[in-house]
Amino acid sequence: MIEVLQSGPLNTVQDLGRSGRLRWGVGRSGAMDPLALRLANLLLGNRSGEAGLEAAIFPLRLRFDAECAFAVTGAAAPARLDDTPLPPDWAALARPGQVLTLEAPRRGVFAYVAFAGGLDAPIVMGARATDLKGGFGGWDGKPVVAGQRLALGPATPGPPIPDHGVGLSPSAIPGRHGAGPTVLRFIAAAEWDDLGDEAAGVFLGSAWTVTREINRSGYRLSGPEIRFERPRELLSHGIVPGVIQIPLGGQPIVQMAEANTCGGYPKAGVIIDVDLPLLAQSRPGQEVRFQPISWDEALAARHDVEGQLRRLAADLELMRG
Amino acid sequence: MTQHADEDGGRGGASQMKVSLLGQDAILCDPSGAQFDDLLQRRIWALSRSLDILPWVVETAPGMNNLMVVFDAEQIAAGAVMDAARAAWASGESLTEPGRLIRAPTVYGGDGGEDLAELAARLAVSPAEVAQRHAAPTYSVAAVGAMPGFVYLSGLVPELAWPRLASPRPRAVAGSVIIGGAQTGIMPITAPTGWHIIGATSLRLFDAAAAEPALLRPGDRVRFEIVEVRG
Repeated sequence: MIEVLQSGPLNTVQDLGRSGRLRWGVGRSGAMDPLALRLANLLLGNRSGEAGLEAAIFPLRLRFDAECAFAVTGAAAPARLDDTPLPPDWAALARPGQVLTLEAPRRGVFAYVAFAGGLDAPIVMGARATDLKGGFGGWDGKPVVAGQRLALGPATPGPPIPDHGVGLSPSAIPGRHGAGPTVLRFIAAAEWDDLGDEAAGVFLGSAWTVTREINRSGYRLSGPEIRFERPRELLSHGIVPGVIQIPLGGQPIVQMAEANTCGGYPKAGVIIDVDLPLLAQSRPGQEVRFQPISWDEALAARHDVEGQLRRLAADLELMRG
Repeated sequence: MTQHADEDGGRGGASQMKVSLLGQDAILCDPSGAQFDDLLQRRIWALSRSLDILPWVVETAPGMNNLMVVFDAEQIAAGAVMDAARAAWASGESLTEPGRLIRAPTVYGGDGGEDLAELAARLAVSPAEVAQRHAAPTYSVAAVGAMPGFVYLSGLVPELAWPRLASPRPRAVAGSVIIGGAQTGIMPITAPTGWHIIGATSLRLFDAAAAEPALLRPGDRVRFEIVEVRG
């Protein structure tokens, strides 16, 4: 069991989310940075989609009742086990009574804490992901709170974490871009042509600023006003996380993990899944740019990241074994 | 660079359908015109059913005169999905069987229907008259979506149409009976909404723990029953 000593109202149980429930209006939910969660699970030898804790409010303090391997990835939230600082993207073994503390990150928004065996919250509609909007998933559809005890599933039997722990160097993390502006690759959607050359040029040529209006449902961006050359009233239609909407106000909204399953605003495009976490981890005031790519290029980018993850998993197996 | 905006005629001169990419894992099939059309929606339901059985389709999600098709990009390329959707649409099939009739007992007006008085004033009739006009039709569930259990109902009489609020109310309780644009609906969960609240029903559209979490399906019909009109 993990005892929550201190936690803010946006720290939730998340896995890789739900699929196949659109007919009920139930969307994906799940981790805002699925890659970070998968890496944390990989470090522990967990199934890559085991449920962990997504933390957006800090400090987060957890006490381990029993010996437990854990890993911290995602935003660079300074972590320590009792008084010992931990490197970022690191797995370690906690002894009974030890306390893990995560402080506010200077870069990134969401940190992930995975535990050997995963968090054993009830499975609702195929996943343990908390759907805050719908009020289900996780434990009672709510964020974790101080005083709560979190149950763990059985750990996969196998070699334990080495004494000094084990982690990832930044270069080993797939898809993580170097210095420079964050570029979000997207596939053009139905209303892209309605923008017209000028507006499309402004959209692609501008740096977009992440505003303070960001949450698990959507991120609002600010920048030059985008006006459609051929504006159309749309009837409500299915949408997915990653959709870049441009409502009448002319400022883009990107739909995120808890996107509504239908929307009515015009869509410029859909950010590819391997790049959406880059936006999720962008703090208010940071800038992003958009780059259009083809469906084939998007698939190649996904395969590239999956290949890196497979090689990483193999390397970690060797290291643990 | 764009890979969409292909138009295809249906059989017998029926609606043209635009098919476009919606990211890597979905396409959007859109034969819609300027206004929502009940007959077109029956073709959308049929299209949904015929594509659902294909092994590489993850799920289909009908919208208002459109269909999102989520597919497995490891099994099939987007272009082939679009071709399959166009071919299925060209068959002209329509789903004619009606669904179940569900009743929604409703208290109009009062605290649970705070916008009813304003709507009555706009139409220069009594709140009771507005309630009668809202409860008179048998509505059809066109689509399920937006939020868990939410249904888009068609059949609202045109005079009750009321454009959405410029900025949404932060909180409308589950069961709120609402009007937005030319559509009416029922809040399945307590959540923000930009629609207007005219009443409260005891009908609960969503239960995460149920075997079928969403009560209503496309093709079902809904009748609002006036329990009381307040204020």
